[in-house]
Amino acid sequence: MALEPVPSVAGRAVFIPGADIDTDRIIPARFMKCVTFDGLGEFAFYDVRFDEHGVKTQHPLNDPRFAGASILVAGVNFGCGSSREHAPQSLRKYGFSGVIAESFAEIFYGNSTTLAMPCVMASAADIVAIRDAVEADPTTVVTIDVQALKVRTSGGLEISVTMPDSARESLLSGRWDPIQELLDNETSIESKARELHYV
Amino acid sequence: MGKSLFQKVWDAHTVGTIADGRTQLFIGTHLIHEVTSPQAFGMLRDLGLTVKFPQRTFATIDHIVPTINQDQPADPLAAEMIAAIRKNCDDFGVTYFDLASGKQGIVHVVGPEQGITQPGTTIACGDSHTATHGAFGAIAFGIGTSQVRDVLATQTIALQEMKVRRIEVNGDLAPGVYAKDVILHIIRLLGANGGIGYAYEYAGDVFERMSMEERMTVCNMSIEGGARCGYVNPDAKTVAYLHGRPYVDMTDFSATAARWLSFASDTDAVYDDIVKINAADIPPTVTWGISPDQGISVSENIPDPATAATPLEKASIEEALAYMKLAPGTPIKGVKINVAFIGSCTNGRISDFREVAKYIRGHRVAPGVQALVVPGSQIVAIQCEQEGLPEIFRAAGFEWRGAGCSMCLAMNPDKLVGDQLCASSSNRNFKGRQGSSTGRTILMSPVMVAAAAIRGSVADAREVFDLETPAAVA
Repeated sequence: MALEPVPSVAGRAVFIPGADIDTDRIIPARFMKCVTFDGLGEFAFYDVRFDEHGVKTQHPLNDPRFAGASILVAGVNFGCGSSREHAPQSLRKYGFSGVIAESFAEIFYGNSTTLAMPCVMASAADIVAIRDAVEADPTTVVTIDVQALKVRTSGGLEISVTMPDSARESLLSGRWDPIQELLDNETSIESKARELHYV
Repeated sequence: MGKSLFQKVWDAHTVGTIADGRTQLFIGTHLIHEVTSPQAFGMLRDLGLTVKFPQRTFATIDHIVPTINQDQPADPLAAEMIAAIRKNCDDFGVTYFDLASGKQGIVHVVGPEQGITQPGTTIACGDSHTATHGAFGAIAFGIGTSQVRDVLATQTIALQEMKVRRIEVNGDLAPGVYAKDVILHIIRLLGANGGIGYAYEYAGDVFERMSMEERMTVCNMSIEGGARCGYVNPDAKTVAYLHGRPYVDMTDFSATAARWLSFASDTDAVYDDIVKINAADIPPTVTWGISPDQGISVSENIPDPATAATPLEKASIEEALAYMKLAPGTPIKGVKINVAFIGSCTNGRISDFREVAKYIRGHRVAPGVQALVVPGSQIVAIQCEQEGLPEIFRAAGFEWRGAGCSMCLAMNPDKLVGDQLCASSSNRNFKGRQGSSTGRTILMSPVMVAAAAIRGSVADAREVFDLETPAAVA
């Protein structure tokens, strides 16, 4: 199954402040009452974008200066909590194509990579630098270069970022969804099953 | 050089290495529920694939099940999800513990009570609290829906190997300190992101003395500390718990038990990190914020942002206090509650209800407080009934409900309203977690929830009840 390689993603960016932004925040559980992932985009960050009366809040995603941003910038432990793939699915469908954060929760990270949404880690100081750049000029284009492990802004900022080798490799080679590779090893799977006493 | 249980189980289940360098890991046991599985079956159909080992996947429903009239969800979306899992299990030959089976319940309660959860195995489920099964010496972790598809289609997933941190807790827990306090304390010390990249091995005499159910409470919340999986080495208690359970092969049980025990970490195993904690330092712990690592002793004051060490910490305390509507530097004890919830995959097992029932006789839930008691499975509910526990709870003013996830998360009718504050035995105090975008959660042990329900405010169970004798960890 040949997939599109993802050497880089680029777009305008929005900074969402706060540590430990959990997957309940990204997609509140009541919106998971569904049997497909269709339509989840409009509910991304719903309960912090709207107050209990449905009125828009001061959330950065409601700020017209950042409308249409496709790169999300965040702090530590982004995507913690539930394993729900609904979270990265909703971000993708909302229009995000990549995330830059100080650190990520593991399950969210894996889920995002499988959806071809690169997530890279940057130092706290560099996150502040990116935030300052996009808040000073919201038209700034931010590029996540998966190949070179750099984040660049159209204003000339360039910072080094990290990601696990396996995630980088899978994005660059177009193997971010591993299903075909897993299926291809059928013989080894069957022999492992015979070897395990409880299967 | 010896190996840890994690390494032994990982090695035994490694099928190979895929091109990006990740391990193709065999998943011996796959658990599914109604929320994260329908899309996976949809993907399977789209790709024209089938379920490779249908006998190794087990299904139940828990998140969306109402706890009053379990089989009559008023919500058409919930009914659609129940219909979908029924059809998917029928179409692909997967065992399904439905409402009529008498075995339905929270997936992390059902697996162990059926004996599906076994030592030395790999267990995956589209649910982050899958680490619960690590209590049996299994490597168990949550996966996304695309990985649920991968397990259905191949019984394998692609996964990066984790590091192993051994967390040793030795000594005696003080009276009134429970397994829940132990894990809340660990998360407070190591942080909500401290376990990223690690499997946690819980070791030391405190965990050795714990019952299997207490070990499940601890392992359950590993993910709240950032660790995708956590485990306790199997021992005689593990073997005794599993003996005779429906899915345990009893034909040569002593050989099976010996094989299980052989997965325990070697005494000379090498770890990537070791943390040592003194049991006597662990207080009855409650959260005050919006992340499970924002915990304090019930006798401490709520943190003051003015004393924060860094600007980031200051901002984080301010955000939490603003949401929680709590005043800095004031006691957490005495904070008024509106709702009390005992249940969830963390604390919804028979021993949790027995323990609370020991203390609530002669007490009444405070006026204006709604107190819910929700067994983790239909089997737990029946056990409780046989022991007369529902009457004890009802007599004290608690509502006794049917099995499900209930108020742990907002996917069934049990929800907070407005900015209600809930004393909860569940696992997450995230913003909006319990169903209202302004609802507030304080996490604590079941006995502490009962104490809060009776006082109408956060209370020290040691003062409300007679807790002089350590009851939980015998």
